[in-house]
Amino acid sequence: MAVAKPGARKLEVLTGHQAVAEAMRQINPDVVAAYPITPQSEIMHYFASYVADGKVDTELVTVESEHSAMSACVGAAAAGARTMTATASQGLALMIEVVYIAAAMRLPIVMAIANRALSGPINIHCDHSDAMLGRDAGVVQLFAENAQETYDFMLMALRVAEHPDVLLPVWVNLDGFTLTHTADVVELIDDAAVKEFIGEYKPRYPLLDVDHPTTQGPFALPEYYFELKRQQVDAISNVPSVLLQVQEEFAALSGRRYEGFFEPYYLDDADYALVVMGSTAGTAKAAVDELRAQGEKVGLLKLWLFRPFPRREVAEALKGKEAVAVLDRALSLGSYGPLYLEISSALYECEERPRLYNYTYGLGGRDTTAEQLTDVLHQIQGEKLSREMHYIGLRE
Amino acid sequence: MPELKTYKELPLGGVIPATADRPRKKTGDWRDEKPVLYPEKCVNCLLCWVRCPETAILTEDQQMRGFDYDYCKGCGICAQTCPTEAIRMVDDAEEVPPLGRIEGEGRQE
Amino acid sequence: MPDIKTLAKREEERKRFEGGHALCAGCGIPIVVRTVLNSIEQPVVVANATGCLEVGTTLYPYTSWNVPWIHNAFENAAATISGVEAAYRVLKRKGKIDRDIVFVAFGGDGGTYDIGLQALSGALERGHNFLYVCYDNEAYMNTGIQRSSATPLGAFATTEPPGKRSIGKRRRRKDLTQIIAGHHIPYVAQASISHWYDLSEKVKRAVAKEGPAFINVMSTCFRGWRFDASLTTEIARLAVETGFWPLYEIEDGECRITYVPEERLDIVEWLKPQGRFAHLFKPENRWVIDKIQEEVDREWEELLRRCKIAPITD
Repeated sequence: MAVAKPGARKLEVLTGHQAVAEAMRQINPDVVAAYPITPQSEIMHYFASYVADGKVDTELVTVESEHSAMSACVGAAAAGARTMTATASQGLALMIEVVYIAAAMRLPIVMAIANRALSGPINIHCDHSDAMLGRDAGVVQLFAENAQETYDFMLMALRVAEHPDVLLPVWVNLDGFTLTHTADVVELIDDAAVKEFIGEYKPRYPLLDVDHPTTQGPFALPEYYFELKRQQVDAISNVPSVLLQVQEEFAALSGRRYEGFFEPYYLDDADYALVVMGSTAGTAKAAVDELRAQGEKVGLLKLWLFRPFPRREVAEALKGKEAVAVLDRALSLGSYGPLYLEISSALYECEERPRLYNYTYGLGGRDTTAEQLTDVLHQIQGEKLSREMHYIGLRE
Repeated sequence: MPELKTYKELPLGGVIPATADRPRKKTGDWRDEKPVLYPEKCVNCLLCWVRCPETAILTEDQQMRGFDYDYCKGCGICAQTCPTEAIRMVDDAEEVPPLGRIEGEGRQE
Repeated sequence: MPDIKTLAKREEERKRFEGGHALCAGCGIPIVVRTVLNSIEQPVVVANATGCLEVGTTLYPYTSWNVPWIHNAFENAAATISGVEAAYRVLKRKGKIDRDIVFVAFGGDGGTYDIGLQALSGALERGHNFLYVCYDNEAYMNTGIQRSSATPLGAFATTEPPGKRSIGKRRRRKDLTQIIAGHHIPYVAQASISHWYDLSEKVKRAVAKEGPAFINVMSTCFRGWRFDASLTTEIARLAVETGFWPLYEIEDGECRITYVPEERLDIVEWLKPQGRFAHLFKPENRWVIDKIQEEVDREWEELLRRCKIAPITD
């Protein structure tokens, strides 16, 4: 039984929705523009009730589509306001044009993504295909395993986004339904401490500063486009060091220490490992526990930071393994899964590399069991295992 | 064209600060014709000023002064608009006094 | 009623929009922009949809705008300004800003009638305090004169050109001003670059209202419509004098016609000088001209029936 830390509130039982909404309440952003979509909608229901009761000072803009949600967020953030939103799946797909623009305009908009499968066919359950829309967009992406991480990452995301060396949108991904709609124990930090942690937002070129007019979102010909894009490379490359700094401060604030870009679980001396993002990490831990109890040297790399991809750190952690199974909860049709592609590229330069296998799982909310994952850990021990894509729990 | 800057020298995010000393493009080199003014005929209605797409009609104390040839593209709207025929279009190569003001009696035929 | 010298003085003291842009020599759009910006006393922030105005005036690293200005994408000028206005409201409430600021969005007919209609409708329904000005040049001009839902019946457009089996645009244009009126916002109007004082006064009235306002401005395009650039405002005047583009306003539901032509000209007077309608003068296409005349007559009569007459003069 954990003891509440001084300055921290007592433990609460919250759904993923509530964890996000609570973080948003404490952040108390200036503007939120959002549109409903399963499984995000309830986040906004909670937040809207905070607005209605004056628990936040936020201007909540209930727009008429996600494209307009992101567009209004861009307008608000460029104006100089602290801005947030939340969405999923088709909503995110509709927003994506503007997400690229927000990143290019260097607007620190924090977004909760309640990961849900992209149509078609239409499906409201969890997978990571929507998150993959952001891969090339220049946004920062974190993946939460549970409600606690969701809450913690929402707070850290704001600090990362607004850091003067970053100034980019940040996505906090939480698995739709699995995390959003289930309740878990969350230790919350008190309002005053959060307020101090997040500080004041200091916009760089606020439109509302009418004495210093700027033109934002100009038309760039070939003479300039390349250079302006190159600036974004620097911005996202600054994220890892900024994140480490923020984690340090967060540890002092909360007593919860996140170190680096992934959580290694019995990884160090493991010969065989799984790599996964999101809530399935919980199931993976159960599988690892079971096999470790039987004396097998297996482990898990639970990735938190997907973009920018921490390839050096991941390569360092995996290079000495015998074999690794990368679990992808999204297809990159026409190639290996998105996470696999990152891992294999990261390991390319290593002298010693593990045998690498790709397993697609959980599409459209398909459940994955600990037994299926112990099977995977056994399968990859066989050297003759096919390098072609594997599918967990698919009826073939 | 201003000297092309490196990516580190450009303001972040494609923002253009609208400072007074920022580079400007002198679009006056677009034109084939330019307007000239016969001040004696001008009644300061300022219709030319309202309708100029280039802000190339210069006013001072809300009186018509002449033309900003750095920016005038020679579209001819001012000449067409002027109710007293105080503006005429001439060949761009023709030499004209500063601001295009042709003081003296009416216009030449 | 507006005094031109007041507007000129404002531009002398604070040049909000400058030349040096890449818009065509004789473009109608800057006439709209300058009149609008010079008719507003307070500081402004502008959002601009993709199109001629945006591309022509903000070619990096140049800009024609001496006011805060944002371009986001094609269809979202109204959504973008909604965000700016929401930020203003909350920051004002929190005491971080104390200036009075007016929010203006500019979009062409493409970015307003078509791709931008959803965002505009949403912004109006939510009641943001801003003015949306549509510069209507009746096609997607920036990308090469493609037809929009504002392109008139029978007009040439590159994606609906006249030919052996075509009269050009085969359907009539949308009446966006009436669609916007259906949103029951405090102020809706139609104006034209030919009547600067009418536009200026309407901007003043729009800005004086609390809540959303919309002004649809006829902004001729000599390139797309095929006439000599010097006639930019003259062609707009003919649109008004023929009744093709009535000048009116709807303030809190009350409709007022702000200009009544002494003698409404035949629609032919407006069609004749424009190359984009030249093919309509072939004998086999005369029926199109008749149809246009019929529609203009019917709608003008309807407007006269419904609306008061309250002229705006200079």
